[in-house]
Amino acid sequence: MLQLVFFNVTNGLIIGAFYALMAIGLSLILNLSGVINFAHGGFLVIGGYLAYTLTPYLGFWGALIIAPILTALIGVVVERLLIRRLYGRDPLYSLLLTFGLAFIIEDGTRQIWGANGLPVSVPPALTSPLSYEFFFITGYRMFMVATVAIVVGLLFVLLRYTRIGVRIRAGTLDLETVAALGVNVRALRSLNFAVGIFLAGLAGVLAGGQLGLEPTMGDGLLMPSFIAIIVGGVGSLTGTLLGGLLIGVASGLTAVFFPSASEAVIYVMMAMVLLIRPRGLLGEEGMFT
Amino acid sequence: MTPEQGKRLAVLAAVWGALILAPYWMPLFGGYTALGSRVLVLGLGAMSVNFLLGFTGVLSFGHAAWFGLGAYACGLALKFVAPSTPFGLLAGTLAGGTAGTLLGALLVRRRGIYFAMVTIAFGQVFYYIAFQWSSLTGGDDGLRGFTRQPLDFRLIRIDLLHNDVYFYYFVLISFAAAVAIMAVILHSPFGRTMIAIRENERRARFLGIPIELHIWIAFTLSCFFMAFAGALYALLNNFADPRMLHYSLSGDFVIMAVMGGMRAFWGPLFGAVVFVVLQDYLSSVTVNWMSFIGILIVLIVLFFPRGVLGLLRQRRMA
Amino acid sequence: MSKDLLSRLVQRRTMLKAGLTIGALQLASPFIVKALGDEPIKIGLDNPLTGTYAAPGKNELIGCQLAVDQLNAKNGILDRPIELLSEDSTSGDAGAAVQKARKLIERDNVNFLVGNVNSALAQAMAQVSNEKGVLHVDPGGHTDPITGSDCKWNVFRVCNTTHMEANAVSDLLFKTYGKKWHFITPDYAFGHTLFENCEADLKKLGGTVTGNELTPLGITDFSAYLIKARAANPDVLVVLVQGNDMVNCLKQIAQFGIEKQIHDAGTQQELEAVEAMPSEARVGVWMFEWYWKQAAGTPGLDQFIAEIRKRSDGKVPTARTWFGYVTIHAYALACEKAKSIEAKAAAKTLADMELPPEIKLQPNKVYFRGGDHQLMLSAFIGELLQKGDGDPENLFKVNSIVAGDSIAPSVAETGCKMNIPA
Repeated sequence: MLQLVFFNVTNGLIIGAFYALMAIGLSLILNLSGVINFAHGGFLVIGGYLAYTLTPYLGFWGALIIAPILTALIGVVVERLLIRRLYGRDPLYSLLLTFGLAFIIEDGTRQIWGANGLPVSVPPALTSPLSYEFFFITGYRMFMVATVAIVVGLLFVLLRYTRIGVRIRAGTLDLETVAALGVNVRALRSLNFAVGIFLAGLAGVLAGGQLGLEPTMGDGLLMPSFIAIIVGGVGSLTGTLLGGLLIGVASGLTAVFFPSASEAVIYVMMAMVLLIRPRGLLGEEGMFT
Repeated sequence: MTPEQGKRLAVLAAVWGALILAPYWMPLFGGYTALGSRVLVLGLGAMSVNFLLGFTGVLSFGHAAWFGLGAYACGLALKFVAPSTPFGLLAGTLAGGTAGTLLGALLVRRRGIYFAMVTIAFGQVFYYIAFQWSSLTGGDDGLRGFTRQPLDFRLIRIDLLHNDVYFYYFVLISFAAAVAIMAVILHSPFGRTMIAIRENERRARFLGIPIELHIWIAFTLSCFFMAFAGALYALLNNFADPRMLHYSLSGDFVIMAVMGGMRAFWGPLFGAVVFVVLQDYLSSVTVNWMSFIGILIVLIVLFFPRGVLGLLRQRRMA
Repeated sequence: MSKDLLSRLVQRRTMLKAGLTIGALQLASPFIVKALGDEPIKIGLDNPLTGTYAAPGKNELIGCQLAVDQLNAKNGILDRPIELLSEDSTSGDAGAAVQKARKLIERDNVNFLVGNVNSALAQAMAQVSNEKGVLHVDPGGHTDPITGSDCKWNVFRVCNTTHMEANAVSDLLFKTYGKKWHFITPDYAFGHTLFENCEADLKKLGGTVTGNELTPLGITDFSAYLIKARAANPDVLVVLVQGNDMVNCLKQIAQFGIEKQIHDAGTQQELEAVEAMPSEARVGVWMFEWYWKQAAGTPGLDQFIAEIRKRSDGKVPTARTWFGYVTIHAYALACEKAKSIEAKAAAKTLADMELPPEIKLQPNKVYFRGGDHQLMLSAFIGELLQKGDGDPENLFKVNSIVAGDSIAPSVAETGCKMNIPA
């Protein structure tokens, strides 16, 4: 039993890392621009499909790098054309806009790539498990965790030490003052959005290797991302990272004892957090009340 | 009577005239009576959400929970307690409304995105319960085994099950009753206070208005209306299924309210007409109807945020 | 400022007006079309075209369309042309499916209703079709009650039931691999019934269930369940999840290397799901409800495959395509035999009707059982192929084709008590 628990906690961390990747992208966009991006799952799907299309030409590793970049570019176009007009308005509107956008993306991907799932193979170098004992720690999952760790690490370094990063962080707290200080806020927002979407696209590429690639695959991953943000605390990226890992572990642990509740438990967690400590674990008081 | 009042009365007469005569003019345009019933029920749902959204300024994105609860309660009442349509409606309304009242007390301290997210969370919890407790709710297959019962008035018996037109009028009367109560509330001092809270919460608070209490009451009322709509929906379909609790349905209601015009009383009904008819029609002609609906939502949000009725009102004032 | 506002308003006004005019024209058109031409027989297909079941739904549509075209080339049914009206029921919104069913029946006056891939939606639609007395065939919803405890005089089914699925592989798995089975079951009504049926079969054979992992629908990561399954050390891992869940589960089974230690199997497999899997995930013993690659000499098969390839960008037909095809042809045959399209008459001839070779496209006798209106279709049992067998398109090796009536429970066992109205 203890071994089972240990396995599931470890496994939960692996799943949680993936949730965290999605959630951090979502959180970035939410913090700076106040936009609730319901289409985040859609961008994940785009990332996965683009990688699938590019792999025959660029190979797995090439697609891994290029697909998220392309997705981010699409994100920038969307931000420029659509989302930019909603800044400053009630968050309801951005939520609805991205809700509609999600419809368009799902239907669009179905139209372009077909309704049937597409087979995605990972390079054989990554497939073997760590050992007989730890069979669930496959090379691919380790690779996923490593990728997430590297990318998130780079993101934190970017935010901490580069000028742009400082501006983004400052903008999260008080965008008006940042603008008053002469920073091109428009460009900053676009860049921030692009980074968030890049993470979604990357998540999509990684997901393709784990899951079946089909137009509705983003749906099941959107809600856990929101919950990770709420649990970890709106406004705090570290919190979101923590939130993602926590819900992954919670889900894994619940699977041992109450398998059918392993998805419901994350909603219960969110409800608890919201009622007891609404700002989340590491969130700041007063953000969105 | 001022020309303004005269105009309003004319609009009201037009709307009700169209609704009353619907089973007769709808088929001419490729409609069918069941579509009309669906529009009314979902329209009532949208108006219930708008009670909170448009008139109090509070965004609940999980309101389908009360809708679904009402539906399930109505179905369970019809199936296990008594084969009576009015009783089913009552049971549904009370169940959903009471649940909303109790949970509302917990929720009212939060606002904005938090409020929206908590409501989604609770909605999803109910969704999972409906899914898992399959011995009671039928799980994924939904709650079956009940149908609308005829209305028995001793002298006349109205068959609601086999006659779609009769059922449509039943729904219309129920709709009218709910809407009348809503209108009374909104024109009362309480309703004015709700609008004050929407306009500027801080100022309202400074005026000494107990904000949380008012929001809780508004929330409770909207839950009762929502549950009533849900019960009607169960009667319309003769089943209740978990999707009636899902946040995507909540999203649909909000979209209807925004599309029609959040600030107008009839706005959400208008939005429901457009949304339901459009979805029904589009999904028959093209497999890409989702894209069209998505594009419509995007256009509405970007260019017509006040909805259709809001636009008309703007033109009048401009 | 006001000029800007004015121009925007004008743009909006024009957009609105244009939209409304086009909309009004479109809405009026079905009314116009009815007045022309010979009074056709209308078949309403209320099936998913969006969402999770879009792929099987699309294939069923293709199968239906082929059948309709073939029939129309030969004077239709009873010398009347056939019109196929296709509506999107969505993949999970029962309210929408029922709405469309009502639309097809009330507004479009269809003579025959077909639907749904989703069992829950199929049941909801059956209630409406029964209420209105319209002949209805379920081309893809597997839950038992549709031709079991909830059977109706006007409802028939072309795909098999969960009970049949369980019975199909149980014997083989038990004899070949062993008696300790571990299950991964989707946590909803269909999954529960499937598991119960499998468990009952296993117990009858003398085996044991080492565990049953109930997985939430739509869960993407099966690792927790696979960890438990491995720890239980069974002989066979029975994967009952369907669709995308199955693809994910099998992918993960392959990645974890579980198939090297434990034999994997399942009750029902679909080509749509297999096509979505990478080659290393194609493992295990499965049952297909119909498969395209059969022994040479099956009448009508090559022609069917060729026709479907033309209509689906070169892809081979799946069981779903076949379901759509059989449904329409069976209806046509029933009407011809009854010399009428009236629902009760057609239902009478459809019950106990045997399918001719060029429709059934398989060996064994295939017929609708009168007692419960269930088609006795064969089970194609075999193994998934990782590397194909010389034919890159062939992903499954059929080892045996078992007759439907040998794996189906008796009518009494299904709990169906058919009341045929006078």
